[in-house]
Amino acid sequence: MSRTWIEVAYLVAAICLVIGIKRLSHPRTARSGNWIAAVGMTIAVGFTFAIEEIDTYWLMLLGIAVGSVVGVASARMVRMTAIPQMVALFNGVGGGAAALIAAAEFHRLAPASGPLPGEELVGILFSAVVGSVSFWGSLVAYGKLQELVPGRPILFPAHNTANALLAATVVGAIALTAVTENRLWLAVLMVAALVLGLFFVLPIGGADMPVVISLLNAFTGLAAASTGFVLDNTALIIGGTLVGASGTLLTLLMGRAMGRPLRQTLFGAFGAAPEGGGHAAAAVGGDGNVRTATADDIAYMLAYARRVVFVPGYGLAVAQAQHDVRNLGGLLEDKGVDVRYAIHPVAGRMPGHMNVLLAEANVPYDELVEMDEINPEFPQTDVVVVVGANDVVNPAARNQPGNPIYGMPILDVDRAQNVVVIKRSLSPGFAGVDNPLFYDPKTVMLFDDAKAALEKLVTSLKAV
Amino acid sequence: MNAQLVVELTIFALAVFLGIELISKVPTMLHTPLMSGTNAIHGIVLIGAMLLAGTADSTLEKVFAFVAVVFGTINIVGGFLVTDRMLEMFKQRRPEDPERRE
Repeated sequence: MSRTWIEVAYLVAAICLVIGIKRLSHPRTARSGNWIAAVGMTIAVGFTFAIEEIDTYWLMLLGIAVGSVVGVASARMVRMTAIPQMVALFNGVGGGAAALIAAAEFHRLAPASGPLPGEELVGILFSAVVGSVSFWGSLVAYGKLQELVPGRPILFPAHNTANALLAATVVGAIALTAVTENRLWLAVLMVAALVLGLFFVLPIGGADMPVVISLLNAFTGLAAASTGFVLDNTALIIGGTLVGASGTLLTLLMGRAMGRPLRQTLFGAFGAAPEGGGHAAAAVGGDGNVRTATADDIAYMLAYARRVVFVPGYGLAVAQAQHDVRNLGGLLEDKGVDVRYAIHPVAGRMPGHMNVLLAEANVPYDELVEMDEINPEFPQTDVVVVVGANDVVNPAARNQPGNPIYGMPILDVDRAQNVVVIKRSLSPGFAGVDNPLFYDPKTVMLFDDAKAALEKLVTSLKAV
Repeated sequence: MNAQLVVELTIFALAVFLGIELISKVPTMLHTPLMSGTNAIHGIVLIGAMLLAGTADSTLEKVFAFVAVVFGTINIVGGFLVTDRMLEMFKQRRPEDPERRE
């Protein structure tokens, strides 16, 4: 097929991608937007088969077959709670693909007589470095969310020296690759870039992973666009750049939703040492004791409340307890209690994650209330039930300047009349800081797995 | 600098502005699905991998191209499907849904 028709197909594909992204940013049209983008992608890939220069098909067909099986299987089998880390993995392989394309192009072009054209060289170097950083950085982010790697920020003794050395290696290898056009230096560069990805993500705490994944998503987009310059392919340039630009903005928006400027997320190395429990207790004027209660006590408290607000957190997601919290809420409504679910913008692991889980459990939309709307209502709330959330309800973020999470917007549950915290233990959350809420005299703790605790509460409530 | 590069830079510059404009008003609850959807879109790098796989000569190029095609396909297929699974949860619900209570 002539190049012109292929370019026309790429134009149609690009229009589909743009409409898809536009629709993805509105709740009602999001799902169709995703499919329109997928159709655009299919058109772009389909017409690529018709490019005349291509003479071998078996290799790409085999690769697409293998990739499709892996992609379908992993997307279908992943549990809803593990979706953030799955997004990290999908992002990582995209970055890896861009880096491999750059390496193979360099391998093909380097032995040619005469220097490479400047734009090819720049494109190759950019895709190789950024793609590698994105690949390895995403794998570390996956490891942190999957808890294969500790979620806490990891810093090693000579961190600054190591970083400086690494930066020097990357810059040196870029210069040597560009001047000598020797494959060896590109290999050195790519290894250094992989280590850079590791060093970039390891010192960032697990709570900040969504923002990091979003940033790496933008990186992969730019790496893909850069391979488009190398291969003179407009579809790649448009698709990659759209993601690079929208991904960068989305990263800033997410950072804003979490109340943490991007610079602080990336270079803040948050809460490396947790504070002692005594300190947290002193902050609320309590005696340092934690009150516990039985499921029956709590069921009574709930049954005679006028207004109950549930605050679901990651613990609920891990325990798959979204249906149980819905059951408990339903029973309370039958008793005439006004029930709401307070959604912190980053409850769970990513912005919007908790909305997805509760929607799956058929919680009606109008009962899901966003942070800014529910915060003024806490003083009139009789009981708040915090289910497996920690950092997002930590009052230290509001009243302890100097605390690593100070300044993060939180749900002001400590202003409610009574607080019930369902949690497995007193251990700190992802941010690694202690929570004075647990020592507050009006808080009672129910130490249990979220699902087990909610099931017990349902049983007790039925007996009330 | 040749004419084709200038055209490519023009496309790039316009796509930057378009990408920013497209998502300037997105509600928080769509942050994750939008990230996942755009994540699938950079899987377009598959096209580059296909071009490479279709024209590779040496074994090294073939191996790299094959892995890149597999990676790019996983990125696209997995990305769109996982986004759809997330968005499926946002479907409109009737207030008197029979599954609401047990």
